[in-house]
Amino acid sequence: MPLIEFTDKGLYCRAGDFYIDPWRPVDKAVITHAHSDHARWGNKYYLCHHDTRPILQQRLGPNTYQDIAWNEPVYMNGVRITLFPAGHIIGSSQVRIESNGEIWVVSGDYKIENDGISGQFEPVKCHSFITESTFGLPIYNWKPQTEIYTDVQNWIRKNQEVSKTSVLIAYSLGKAQRLLHPIAEVTDKIFVHGAVYNIHMALVNAGWKLPAVQRVTPETSKEELKGAVVIAPSSAEGSPWLRRFAPYEIGICSGWMQVRGNARRKNADAGFALSDHADWNGLLQACRETEAECIYATHGFQAVFTRYLNEHGINAKEVKTEYGDDELEPAELKLEED
Amino acid sequence: MREFAELVMKLGSSTKTNDKLEALMHYFNNADNKDKVWVIAIFSGRRPKRAVNTTQLATYCVELVDLPFWLFEESYHTVGDLAETIALLLPGNENAPNTSKPLHLYIEQLRDLEKQAEEIKKQFILKAWKEMNFAERFVFNKLITGGFRIGVSQKVIVNALAKTINLDSSVIAHRISGNWDPSTITFDELLSEHSLNTDFSKPYPFYLAYAIEEDVSQLGDPKDWQAEWKWDGIRGQVIKRNQELFVWSRGEELMTEKFPEYHSLAQVLPDGIAIDGEIIPSVDQKPLPFALLQTRIGRKNITKKQLQEVPIAFFAYDLLEYNGEDWRDRPLEERRSQLEEVIAATNHPSLIISPIVPFSNWEELARLRESSRELGAEGFMLKKKQSTYQVGRKRGDWWKWKIDPLTIDAVMIYAQKGAGRRSNLYTDYTFAVKDGDKLIAFTKAYSGLTDKEFAQVDAFVKRNSLEKFGPVRTVKPELVFEIAFEGIAASNRHKSGVALRFPRISRWRKDKTPEEINTLEDLKQLLEVYGK
Ligand SMILES: [Zn+2]
Ligand SMILES: [Zn+2]
Repeated sequence: MPLIEFTDKGLYCRAGDFYIDPWRPVDKAVITHAHSDHARWGNKYYLCHHDTRPILQQRLGPNTYQDIAWNEPVYMNGVRITLFPAGHIIGSSQVRIESNGEIWVVSGDYKIENDGISGQFEPVKCHSFITESTFGLPIYNWKPQTEIYTDVQNWIRKNQEVSKTSVLIAYSLGKAQRLLHPIAEVTDKIFVHGAVYNIHMALVNAGWKLPAVQRVTPETSKEELKGAVVIAPSSAEGSPWLRRFAPYEIGICSGWMQVRGNARRKNADAGFALSDHADWNGLLQACRETEAECIYATHGFQAVFTRYLNEHGINAKEVKTEYGDDELEPAELKLEED
Repeated sequence: MREFAELVMKLGSSTKTNDKLEALMHYFNNADNKDKVWVIAIFSGRRPKRAVNTTQLATYCVELVDLPFWLFEESYHTVGDLAETIALLLPGNENAPNTSKPLHLYIEQLRDLEKQAEEIKKQFILKAWKEMNFAERFVFNKLITGGFRIGVSQKVIVNALAKTINLDSSVIAHRISGNWDPSTITFDELLSEHSLNTDFSKPYPFYLAYAIEEDVSQLGDPKDWQAEWKWDGIRGQVIKRNQELFVWSRGEELMTEKFPEYHSLAQVLPDGIAIDGEIIPSVDQKPLPFALLQTRIGRKNITKKQLQEVPIAFFAYDLLEYNGEDWRDRPLEERRSQLEEVIAATNHPSLIISPIVPFSNWEELARLRESSRELGAEGFMLKKKQSTYQVGRKRGDWWKWKIDPLTIDAVMIYAQKGAGRRSNLYTDYTFAVKDGDKLIAFTKAYSGLTDKEFAQVDAFVKRNSLEKFGPVRTVKPELVFEIAFEGIAASNRHKSGVALRFPRISRWRKDKTPEEINTLEDLKQLLEVYGK
């Protein structure tokens, strides 16, 4: 029996009797990160990283949580569980499982470049590596983030010159926080949508030092918004909520913006290919550095990615999971109109 | 090259017409004259000859980046554009100094490359890529692969030029349409105020109408309006100048040679004339289905049999030039009566006046419209009798009033990812009707769903795929859609035996099960009624 089985409830470790990021309610869940497709509602027990816990609590309410540090072992039925930084969002972790000398690592979502708040992705040697493959095509190669930040900053400045509001569409957990520092270098007028605000406050209350933001409310005046930056989740795109910012320009921050047609399709004024996922070379590098005997590729371009690995002497298999595409905000976070 | 690449990127990303106009004006104010001529040429659909084919281009790319060809194809399928796929795959070059040459130099070199050996072509392409950044590579590849469609209409280009060189936009539109060769003409010859119009074949830019959305009775007094049948052919202009005959299509293609029926018009038409109308197959002054016209367009050499079976006529409805004078500013009434006179005097079997449909009130016209399909028309054109002949698509004086399309309920059986705009979603579907207990595929259809519906169908496809053939997925036959189309014709290239014209998804029939869809027999009946 392999250490991790792919069941209809999720990735299951029979020896330890726990699941990793299950998509149906289970007794014991180890959670890689707080995105809603990986950390779902209804489990009896959640094990996660210290930094993931406040966001989980904010999203899922009271539950039984246990939080640990990176590289701090927990044992279940003698199976050793440790977490390692995944670099995807705040608190995101790879899960390393060891039993009788066999080691598996579940990547969750990850990126290689250090974004300054999510921790530096750490390759972990293992026998089997379960990797995401959201951007598993060679057309996805990211520019260094500093260059993208410069693009975003120049775009904001250009909008300021003509007194327009800059609306940035970014995932409320992850990219919204990541963007704060580069934006704060251009302006201190940072407004956020309620969904972004809730996560922001959960993090601030947990002790995170982030540039100050203001929540957009019906009282927010036109004058305050002139030349300001607004961060909103993608559910705000094309919604009447945006009208209050007129005149505004809209910029979307997502790895999908790498392809011109996607920016056009969304009718955005600007697209910034900023992603919290590894690009093609990042995925290859991560897989090689685990030195795993077998790679299991999940959510994304898994068919392409596994075929390429197999042709290049790395044994790889495709696995079907129910994780989503979190470069776009899931429907669960649809706007509460305020 | 960099300025041009930046222009293309700006045009591609801006969502407002005004921004596009400004970007173009900025370019026309600053760029090299030789480059400008090429930009006008490219954006009005004239591209340099293809010196390197797309397979060669793709092959150079995969060799350079050391990727298997199948992975290139997968990438292409996601991006939906070959030029962009290659630009995305090539190793980054963003911080390299600006080493690229002017646009026209690349184009000239590409032209000279045509007869060169393969290895020389390859070296040229590789060197060019090395000199360029992402945007430049993208537009360079685009020059080779063709299809520069980046959300800018000819109208916007004309307006930008009009503002930069202070010339009336209709003059510019006229000058840049027609026959000219960007590799020999200079910018001044093409556009300066004093340049002589040496090309006497040029058609006028077409005046196009929008579909009317409101109730026609809102148009006011019926007496102010003229109704004509709207024909389903190719919009065209018949021109005779300097004793020579030219037939242009709206795609600004010179089609004189394709239609020998028209040739003798050169002898009988008065000189200095331009007539607007419809190129359409017709017997006894009655139009034949569009599908038959397609059998004529596709052919290089036309046989006697084709000339007999599918004779082409020209249904004239407007007069743009008469006695060498531009008549476009005169009222339609005046143009029309002169046109009728000319056509009667010409008395040529292939030049037919498109009849006016008399009516005294809108209800009467609505009733007449019901008979469109039997007459081979697709509804009415409504034109104000006082209207001038304008440039491009305009609201107000001319309207299309089309009949409702034919529809059929069908079930989706295959899905494929979209190109370009929707390159990550399954948006291209194939539909089937019932034939006993079998399903028979009969058409593909693309547009017509909202983004939200596309996302729902996409999710369905991903969960309900039965098999995968390359990019195509076989899908559980469960989702029922209403397919609307404009015409139907017999076809032996299709298993169903029919081909539809302009098929599109008109709505998602969530209320219907696959058992309730239409049958092959239903399709054949439609063919019997409308396709013969
Ligand atoms: Zn995630
Ligand atoms: Zn994920």
